[in-house]
Amino acid sequence: MPGRLKAKIVAGRHLPVMDRASDLTDAFVEVKFGNTTFKTDVYPKSLNPQWNSEWFKFEVDDEDLQDEPLQITVLDHDTYSANDAIGKVYIDIDPLLCSEAATVISGWLPIYDTIHGIRGEINVLVKVDLFNDLNRFRQSSCGVKFFCTTSIPRCYRAIMVHGFVEELVVNEDPEYQWIDRIRTPRASNEARQRLIFLMSGELQRKIGLKVLEMGGNAVVGYLQCFDLEGESGLVVRAIGTACTLEKMSTFPATATHPNNSSPSKDMKEPGFGEEAPGVPLSSGPPTPLRAQTFSSFSPSKSYSRQSSSSDTELSLTPKTGKISSCPVGHLCHFCMIPPSPFCVFQEYPFFTLTIFPPGFLLHVGGVVSARSVKLLDRIHNPDEPETRDAWWEEIRQEIKSHAKALGCHAVVGYSESTSICEEVCILSASGTAAILSSRFMQDGPLDTEHRFEEVVSPGCGFCHIPYDELNIPFPAQLTYCYCCRRYKVPDVLFTTIDLPTEANVTGKGCLIQARLCRTKKKAQGEGNAMAISNLLPFLEYELHTQLMNKLKLRGMNALFGLRIQISVGETMLLGLASATGVYLTALPSPGGIQIAGKTPSDITYEQHISNMQKKINDTITKNKEQYEINPPEVVEEIIGSPIPEPRQRSRLFRSHSESSDEVSEIDLSHGKKDAFVLEIDDTDAVEDIHALLTDSPTPAGNTSMFTSVRVFRLNANLTNQGLNKIFSDLCENLLKSLYFKLRSMVPCCLCHLNFTVAIPEDELIQVAVTAVAMSFDKEQTLENGKRSGEKTLIKGKPCLVSSTPFFLFSLLFLSTPLSFPLALLLSTASSMEKASPLPEGRSRSLRSNRSYSGSSVAVVKMTPLSFIPGAKIIKYLGIINMFFIRETSSLREEGGVSGFLHTFIAEVFAMVRAHVAALGGNAVVSYSMKECVFMENPNKNQAQCLINVSGDAVIFVRESELELTSVQPQSATTQTSNGGEGT
Amino acid sequence: MSVELDVFVGNTTIMDKEVYQLWLNGYTVNDAVKVRIEGGVMEECEASAEVLLSDTMDQYRTFQMCERLLHHPAKLANQLLFQIPPDRQAMLIERYALACQFNSLDLVIIQFQTFICISLFRYYAFDDSFVREVLGKKLSKGTKKDLDDVSIKTGITLKSCRRQFDNFKRVFKVVEELKGPLVENIRQHFLLPDQLARDYAAIVFFANHRFETGKKKLQYLTFQDFAFCAGQLINNWTVGAVDNMMEDMDVDLDKEFLQDLKDLKILITDKDLLDQHKNLVCTALRGKTNVFNEMEANFKNLSRGLVNIAAKLINAKDVRDFFIDLVEKFIEPCRSDKLTSIDVNLYLTHYTNSAHILDTFKHHAVWTRYMGVIKSCILRMYHD
Repeated sequence: MPGRLKAKIVAGRHLPVMDRASDLTDAFVEVKFGNTTFKTDVYPKSLNPQWNSEWFKFEVDDEDLQDEPLQITVLDHDTYSANDAIGKVYIDIDPLLCSEAATVISGWLPIYDTIHGIRGEINVLVKVDLFNDLNRFRQSSCGVKFFCTTSIPRCYRAIMVHGFVEELVVNEDPEYQWIDRIRTPRASNEARQRLIFLMSGELQRKIGLKVLEMGGNAVVGYLQCFDLEGESGLVVRAIGTACTLEKMSTFPATATHPNNSSPSKDMKEPGFGEEAPGVPLSSGPPTPLRAQTFSSFSPSKSYSRQSSSSDTELSLTPKTGKISSCPVGHLCHFCMIPPSPFCVFQEYPFFTLTIFPPGFLLHVGGVVSARSVKLLDRIHNPDEPETRDAWWEEIRQEIKSHAKALGCHAVVGYSESTSICEEVCILSASGTAAILSSRFMQDGPLDTEHRFEEVVSPGCGFCHIPYDELNIPFPAQLTYCYCCRRYKVPDVLFTTIDLPTEANVTGKGCLIQARLCRTKKKAQGEGNAMAISNLLPFLEYELHTQLMNKLKLRGMNALFGLRIQISVGETMLLGLASATGVYLTALPSPGGIQIAGKTPSDITYEQHISNMQKKINDTITKNKEQYEINPPEVVEEIIGSPIPEPRQRSRLFRSHSESSDEVSEIDLSHGKKDAFVLEIDDTDAVEDIHALLTDSPTPAGNTSMFTSVRVFRLNANLTNQGLNKIFSDLCENLLKSLYFKLRSMVPCCLCHLNFTVAIPEDELIQVAVTAVAMSFDKEQTLENGKRSGEKTLIKGKPCLVSSTPFFLFSLLFLSTPLSFPLALLLSTASSMEKASPLPEGRSRSLRSNRSYSGSSVAVVKMTPLSFIPGAKIIKYLGIINMFFIRETSSLREEGGVSGFLHTFIAEVFAMVRAHVAALGGNAVVSYSMKECVFMENPNKNQAQCLINVSGDAVIFVRESELELTSVQPQSATTQTSNGGEGT
Repeated sequence: MSVELDVFVGNTTIMDKEVYQLWLNGYTVNDAVKVRIEGGVMEECEASAEVLLSDTMDQYRTFQMCERLLHHPAKLANQLLFQIPPDRQAMLIERYALACQFNSLDLVIIQFQTFICISLFRYYAFDDSFVREVLGKKLSKGTKKDLDDVSIKTGITLKSCRRQFDNFKRVFKVVEELKGPLVENIRQHFLLPDQLARDYAAIVFFANHRFETGKKKLQYLTFQDFAFCAGQLINNWTVGAVDNMMEDMDVDLDKEFLQDLKDLKILITDKDLLDQHKNLVCTALRGKTNVFNEMEANFKNLSRGLVNIAAKLINAKDVRDFFIDLVEKFIEPCRSDKLTSIDVNLYLTHYTNSAHILDTFKHHAVWTRYMGVIKSCILRMYHD
């Protein structure tokens, strides 16, 4: 009994009228945890009941604390008939289990009903008393911190990065149980919501166990997904990177490292993510395994030849004694082996992180991906996770071998996804093959990076090829690095990670997107799977070609944050690849694009071709201007001409198991003629919009997160081309719409554009976009000194950035005194940040004087980025992982599908905000909408939608406020400097 | 290809003021798009009609979601569905506080946590031409059915008419049962700025007493004229006007006072008193105006008119005709005699004051209370 959960129901407000006669409600509340239920008294005849209940106490195992949500049900008391449910609130108490996260959940939470939506709010107080459990054989993993953020969280430093963790749990989908035929839709939805809450709790607990096993205390880059397989079950799976994190102390403390006996104690090796060596540490979390704190980074043993030990061997005994058996000799004194070599993760040197501290990422090979088509109805034992485990195992192995082929020993920016249609399921995994700093490695193939050992040229080092020049696994044009001229670089570079902060970039970046739609015949079972498998390589090839062309059209040579999504439907396959294109100074200037006609005999045709060619060349020049890409000319002369012949090269590997006899690398330079069909109007359109965005006047600096969902109905019998065009237009129009909507924020930058495509039904395409718009503050720039340079930049084109927040930095680096005093690059700019624009200053004083008086509704920011511009995250309160179902049988009355979904998304936002506020937070970072499954039946006037969102609840403080609030000037400087460098 | 579904939801709600006004005016989405295209947004932003349509629909949906909240403004203070960035919020609050002339900014900040304060203001705003049509009518379903005629007559869309009518009705229903000062009640329950709350008070007051305002002879009067008169009546003739006992209602006229008004009849029934009164007034007026002769000739007539109005007010039915009576019995005769409003002011001042000098006239308090309102109402209604 190592935990006591306490809940108190304070009051309700804005309850719906449940009794028509009196226009009032007799409300009471049921509080349920596990199998225990408490009830409050009935508060008669009020829409704003004041229960003020006693503390309801649940004495439970911490295992249950992790798995179960606290379930609060508000009901209307009825003397004669059954009590009517008003709605429910599920509270994830996980954040309370970690000493460093939230301590209490307190606030107004929306009461949610799956049929009616939000129906009033309830004020609750939840606390947990946790008794330390020293039992090593325990099943719980309380205290392991989870972060969705794919970088080391900003107020922590990583002492060690252990490596890949994954877990998968399966259950029967309540929607497909026999009982669903006789129960109400509400009951079925609630069963599903509750089950998913339980499953994600269990999943987190299991992952936590693995982390403890590895000696870590946190999971970073935690990515949890649902697969609604239908008949065969409901899968919740998650991947992440296990780390040992330590909270950074703001003020230097004299406390010594808690673990005196650790071999690492003499080491002054700077921690991962820390700028100054030897910064004394605050004490860590009270986990038993805290004993092993190592002051160095150690990824998993990437090339350990151990035969794969299976999950079953994951013994629950922490192998604390293993340190002595560490096989590493010379590196041992500052670098520890994770204590359990049995762990499965060691097989996979994968990292879900996309942002790395300087010096960690040595070389980047390129994107590696693997896909596999599976049939769900062939799972022998659908209720057990073994089959799915095996599937993923297969794919991970493949990724690993691809990475190896690129001469890399690790995969970074790793992610996994699925697309399901009926019984067919496409599993995909992708990442970026990379070589990590040997300084942080305890073993591994050292020859490859020994060559580069002394380079440490941070601006270009990561571009240098990791693979053997003479043994290139694919055709590529190698040149000497344009920065250091010592090592070879490829002509283009595709990656799934964010742009490293230290990278030298010329000009600005922009969104590059490839879209593709392919029809396929309707088929069943194996035939269907075969057809899809056969289509996949072509799909990927074409996506790649498109990306390459568009990249060249913009005069750029590298892609970051590449995300390829393939979605399967009954009659078509959709492919969408989004990335941020940039010009890496180290890489050669991209060659132009030449159009090769198929029938050169015809004069008019040739005329047309040459016109096209001219147009393309003009576009490239224009684009170079727009994105301010002017690489030094001299360089080009020395090195020689750019690529003489416009051949397509690729770092893209793909394969899929159904056709494993195929060569796993496709030479993408084949079929180059077709490759140059360019969608001119498409690019023109983008430019137009960009031009538009630049001219309007500027509002105050501001960020705003949004989600936009569109569903299109296609006409039947479209050709591939037709489909392609439509799909492309669809995305294009969506972007245009966004520009228009956000025109009041101009000049702004759309960051972390996250596109999700799905084929909910035949002939339907659903595109969901989540992004954050950031506007620059012109006023502020004008107030500060340093005119000439920035002015043009601020006036310059707003950029569209996809999943590469760090891109912003390079932009901001040039425009330092902007309202984004982000630390990593801008540590010197702190003096300039102080000048805040007048309106903001006024409003702040107004707020601080007045509006913080109790009853106000707190503003909660949401952002898909891992940081908040102009602010410092001072505390992580825990992970937010919420799942909602909404159903209606009066679709028309609720404003049709759009009205229904609009309300639902707004409600989901409101609930996320309320839960974050209840944890004491004021923002959600790394927010993402993982799932948005929408189904409708207009004939029956019905619709249903499932939404899954996640993120990290945090407390942030505006940098300017930090300065204002600090009383003593001395402490103020300390804080500022910390904020400047540490975050 | 067709768009089946198209939504855009922000963590902070972006509202376009222009579109909001179009929505309030009852434009359909398509009409609103047309207006926006004509307004030149497209050239400004190089957007296509498609984009504009999608944006307009999004905005309309947002407004519809807001509407539920707007009906119960008290909920706005702590609603969670919409969020506005704090800097903008603070700005709005400041601006709004200015508009509301609230004394305590703190109160405003607590109450107006959201941007909806501005939308609220606009949502409850109404067209003078519309309100002129329904002023004094019963706020019933019957009246609502006739709104299409009003819509045609005023050129305001039926949708907008309905919204305005429903607003009147909603406010009426809430304050009908409430104790205390009417304007203050409206202000607190609907969080409306002062002027708008006063206007609503007038509308509620008129609807409650069913004052006749639609007659041809009254057509020249604007809503603001009536609202002014309503304010006078509310401030002087209701129960709440004399003693500030909170249990009394502001909506009803002071019955006791109305009863007392009957005593004023002595001014016209007593021949001596009437003559005395006339002499006093004429003495005071002589030489001060060009229309002295007309005033002298008409004195008894006008005096009878005003006192008769007073005596009749005890009957609810006659209360309805208050304004038409004022016009017929006083304003029209004066106007036919070509009196300027300065003349009228002069006349009414002396008419009121002289009564106090009369030895046998005892009802000074009632007379002052009555004539004060009558004078200001007539002066407001007397358009030169």
